[in-house]
Amino acid sequence: MSDAALTGMGAAALADALRAREVSTREVVDAHLDRIARHDGVDADGDVWHARPSEELGRDEVHAFLVVTAGSARAHADDIDRRRVAGEDLAPLAGVPLALKDVLTMRGVPTTCGSRMLEGWVPPYDATVTRWLREADVVVLGKTNMDEFAMGSSTENSAFGPTRNPWDLDRVPGGSSGGSAAAVAAGMAPLAIGTDTGGSIRQPAAFTGIVGAKPTYGAVSRHGLVAFASSLDQAGPFARDVTDTALLQMVLQGHDPHDATSDPMPRADLLATLRDGVAGLRIGVVEELESAGCEPGVRTVFLDAIATLERLGATIERVSLPHAPYGLPAYYLVAPAEASSNLARFDGVRYGLRVDAPSAEAMNAASRAAGFGPEVRRRIMIGTHALSSGYVDAYYLQAARVRTLIARDYASAFAHVDVLVSPTTPTVPFRLGERTDDPLAMYRSDVATVPASLAGIPALSVPAGTAEAEDGSGPLPVGLQIMAPLREDARNYRVAFALEQALRLDPDPGAHGGPRALPLARPQGGAG
Amino acid sequence: MTGALREDDVRHVAALARLDLDDAEIAALTPQLAAILSYAEQVGEVAADDVEPMTHPLGLVDVLRDDVRAPGLRADDVLAAAPDPQQGRFGVPRIVEEDA
Repeated sequence: MSDAALTGMGAAALADALRAREVSTREVVDAHLDRIARHDGVDADGDVWHARPSEELGRDEVHAFLVVTAGSARAHADDIDRRRVAGEDLAPLAGVPLALKDVLTMRGVPTTCGSRMLEGWVPPYDATVTRWLREADVVVLGKTNMDEFAMGSSTENSAFGPTRNPWDLDRVPGGSSGGSAAAVAAGMAPLAIGTDTGGSIRQPAAFTGIVGAKPTYGAVSRHGLVAFASSLDQAGPFARDVTDTALLQMVLQGHDPHDATSDPMPRADLLATLRDGVAGLRIGVVEELESAGCEPGVRTVFLDAIATLERLGATIERVSLPHAPYGLPAYYLVAPAEASSNLARFDGVRYGLRVDAPSAEAMNAASRAAGFGPEVRRRIMIGTHALSSGYVDAYYLQAARVRTLIARDYASAFAHVDVLVSPTTPTVPFRLGERTDDPLAMYRSDVATVPASLAGIPALSVPAGTAEAEDGSGPLPVGLQIMAPLREDARNYRVAFALEQALRLDPDPGAHGGPRALPLARPQGGAG
Repeated sequence: MTGALREDDVRHVAALARLDLDDAEIAALTPQLAAILSYAEQVGEVAADDVEPMTHPLGLVDVLRDDVRAPGLRADDVLAAAPDPQQGRFGVPRIVEEDA
């Protein structure tokens, strides 16, 4: 099988080929490493490859990875191949490569969270997600770029420079998990892990034409996930199709005693109902999220997707979540409040950057000012203010009460419908630099994704079609967001799978005619 | 509802947050924070005092592990990441003055 065939294949297809011994894990891993070396802007030398400084990156280089663990990936691949030859019973995704967002720790590999604050920090332990991936013999290729401490919607807040969108290399891939989403869309990895606090998996999935799921809060362990907003953060899967995404979430989910917020309830089998179709399902269109400043092109794709689901036998109802418009303002108080508390740990004492000063307090303040970028500072300041004496009731507690109202809205809606849908984002991917000077404009990218985050419910983005940007450029991908009640993640996958099978969209960014797209390597005739 | 944000307020918050920001940074941040807060103040339009604040989606309480010994991280591994490890401890600038 050629390299181009291997990097165009999905995880389930690769796992089948590996099981049938049509290809070795080492060949699969090397094909993906080669694609990263050619298109990502890394110094592909030795066992650990580093991204080149952003000012040295070309306009055609994606910059999805901050570090590529080529040596350990090859060693893991060889070990899997040895055990397969020896007849060992291997896990379903054994040998499939994956890109890991640089907010999850991997023992011995630098974790930066896209920040100068943690540049050079080598964590002494594995995140539970990392450990479970290793136990499932999923091969980690490296750590991906992200908005600093996961705060952002474009990956432009990374201290190491932005990631480019494989559909149009002059546009953002979304964020904060933009590196992971771009790696999958560009064929550098069939699978990736992101984290989602207010939309950081779903929005980049929509912007890069792939599938991304935020599991129910508590479904996936946060142990080893550097905390942004603890009551919202949730790790989850990216892949180019729904089945691969479900297979990866199956590896990630489970109760972890190392995370006090891990859900002790048993996890659902996401594959059992995947192919059940939508006939007879009641699907609610959220009025408030549908009309939230949507571009006409996005709206058209959304309405077409609804019509497709109706044709497949679903009942479509209009549903109101009256407090959803207050989700964004509530989110931009709750998340910064939790962030200001969580990021207090970066004090120049135990890890991370230190700037020397004569007193401990001055050392703390100088280190934090030097280590944190502009958006992280803004959020720490908003959060500190929202929690400070005299303001906590008007800001933080009031936002937490709105959270209750939004959760109640969802509970009322789910009494009548099985799932809710909306466009994932109000716009197609915007241009690099377009929103960096206007924090509120950037925040509005998350308007449709934050309500589900505040309620903790599972939500997923699946490709629904393509649309032109308002300036006529494109075509660019558009995602459909599907939301289900707490612990009912399987419903999202079921609806997404039905839509995917009906639409048969091509995940190749190069197949749609955009002049600045990076074509996904496709399986050649006869291979794959 | 909470009054306009002034540069002195921002300076106070920066001190609480342990962020050493200079005058130019304070001046640049003030209008940005004011705009974000004025947007966020919408939460005051709907939520009444009789609504219980929600701090966690699942409502888990008192999650404790079993009271048994388990291995933790090795001190040497942890100190390897510290900016100023000293004799098995984290070094910091002096925080207690000697008697005059």
